[in-house]
Amino acid sequence: MAETLLDKVWRAHTVRVLPSGQTQLFIGLHLIHEVTTPQAFQMLREAGLKVRFPERTFATIDHIVPTASQARPFGDRLAEEMAVHLVRNCKEFGVPLFDLDSGRQGIVHVIGPELGLTQPGTTIACGDSHTATHGALGALAFGVGTSQVRDVLATQCLALPKPKLRQIRVEGRLARGVYAKDVILTIIQRLGVKGGVGYAYEYAGSAVAAMSMEERLTICNMSIEGGARAGYVNPDATTFAYLRGRPFAPQGEAFDRAVQWWKGMATEPGASFDDVVALDAGAIQPVVTWGINPGQSVGVRDPIPDPAEASETDRAAWAEALAFMGFQSGRPIAGTRIDVAFIGSCTNARLSDLRAAAAVAKGRKVATGVRALVVPGSQAVAAAAEAEGLHDVFLAAGFEWRKAGCSLCLGMNEDKLTGREICASSSNRNFKGRQGSPLGRTLLMSPAMVAAAAVSGQVVDVRELLT
Amino acid sequence: MSRDDVRRTMVGRGIPLPGNDIDTDRIIPARFLKSVTFEGLEAHVFADDRTQNPDHPFNEDRYQGAAILVVGVNFGCGSSREHAPEALRRWGIRGIVGESFGEIFFGNCTALGVPCLTAEMADVRWLMDAVARQPGREIVLDLEKGEVRFGDRTIAAAIPDGVRRQLVTGTWNATGVLLEAGEAIERVARSLPYIRGF
Repeated sequence: MAETLLDKVWRAHTVRVLPSGQTQLFIGLHLIHEVTTPQAFQMLREAGLKVRFPERTFATIDHIVPTASQARPFGDRLAEEMAVHLVRNCKEFGVPLFDLDSGRQGIVHVIGPELGLTQPGTTIACGDSHTATHGALGALAFGVGTSQVRDVLATQCLALPKPKLRQIRVEGRLARGVYAKDVILTIIQRLGVKGGVGYAYEYAGSAVAAMSMEERLTICNMSIEGGARAGYVNPDATTFAYLRGRPFAPQGEAFDRAVQWWKGMATEPGASFDDVVALDAGAIQPVVTWGINPGQSVGVRDPIPDPAEASETDRAAWAEALAFMGFQSGRPIAGTRIDVAFIGSCTNARLSDLRAAAAVAKGRKVATGVRALVVPGSQAVAAAAEAEGLHDVFLAAGFEWRKAGCSLCLGMNEDKLTGREICASSSNRNFKGRQGSPLGRTLLMSPAMVAAAAVSGQVVDVRELLT
Repeated sequence: MSRDDVRRTMVGRGIPLPGNDIDTDRIIPARFLKSVTFEGLEAHVFADDRTQNPDHPFNEDRYQGAAILVVGVNFGCGSSREHAPEALRRWGIRGIVGESFGEIFFGNCTALGVPCLTAEMADVRWLMDAVARQPGREIVLDLEKGEVRFGDRTIAAAIPDGVRRQLVTGTWNATGVLLEAGEAIERVARSLPYIRGF
């Protein structure tokens, strides 16, 4: 019988079936960062346990790092303490760390693929809900909490139920000015923020097949915003070309043998799914969120919806969202004034994202009164962007050009909204208070749309600015 | 496992928290994650929601000391931060019943020995109202029978079989169970081409 990638990866990594009925799954790569691990290392210490596979564990520092000056000690005493603990824990337990002086530091979900650590057919865990990002290369990647970080450190395994599988087919061609971010926001709007609970998502169809690896990373990244803990794209020629020559990818003849194995892990024609959903790529518009979860979005030319049109379950939530945002239904989302523009995060801070934003920013100026910042996803992204002069484009337009980190996506460093500021953001969550101000408001959109909003001072359709 | 880890029934006064899609950023805002321990998180549970809404249930005197949280749809969606269930647990929550839960949050709760049971929305609404009327009365979450009891009414409440078994046998701390696989872990590792270097 034809099998899916989920079936094959799951079977290859099964250690045993547990008394609970869950699977003990071997984890091929464990990525860790400073926020969700100090308690796990402490639990290991108290139990007298070691890291079982330190050579399969890699650390970086991303959530709390300042992006203006990264000189140590950090100005924020608590951030400094977390950095000190991460360094100490990695040293004590023998875990390699991509620190600020490594040239390889960055957001954990940016550096994994970039370094070639993330590979097809593997299992990956990280104490971060956006771990599904790595599925873009055909890996099965799970976001976990701190107790499960402890489990993986101590045993290199997770206890998990096998998820159901939903294939999401995006067929056709994206229109100009429509990006991967618009595709995933449309999927979440369609299926709902809890539609994926209990499922892994397999993204497929001609539009996904035509996407670059970075576009696929954006799609898989936001699987969790649709409720799905894991999401993946089957490995193909795009995947293999992306991986060739990366530092931790197999080299030489081993790479060719790897490609053969990777090809064999892909979903086979005729495999069956628990559910299949199809979308027409050509119908997707540039999307902007109007509410307080990533499913509350509209096309940029559409009006903010009326709670009266919502399902009974969603009606109160829509009304609450509109009240928090201070928006009126029926009014177009375009024209909404913004205070801050943020280009960054594990969703959209890779080189192609910065290129798309720079193409809009070039020759224009950030609108008066708007604070705009570009935070590259990694030191490598920053270096590549600088090598082609993107930083000059942004600086000339009045954007700040920062150092790599999670930054304003979640406001754990100095980059925060203040008061009721509205932020056009290329990040992944528009939750209440997400960007560091309890009353701050977030409009999610593609990096090009953020750049367009930055130079216009308001939400605009980026297609009007593309020449 | 120890007898203290067995979770057959969770009993305590209730606290209703209406609303859907309440994410873990709201349960514990990110600024409180800047710590290398979980200590003191209970003071900040729903910090911003409570400031913005003085009538937030976690502010109300009548719900202080409650142990069973009653929630709506997709509670705990979003970030994987275990700080969220830790904040609730340290505040005093011992079990949660709701229409549905974010998947990572659900797993994190299980890993802390905090059962999350799901029930029909109509039953959840009834329970929220009933608890609001009688905040001094205890709720019983019965994991073995798959039900929630309040006064003379019983509602059906589900929990996946595997998770139920972990909780009722006190084996929800997975590290010990996973370690029992012993060398089988290394055998699987050696069978994987990418671990062998292709």
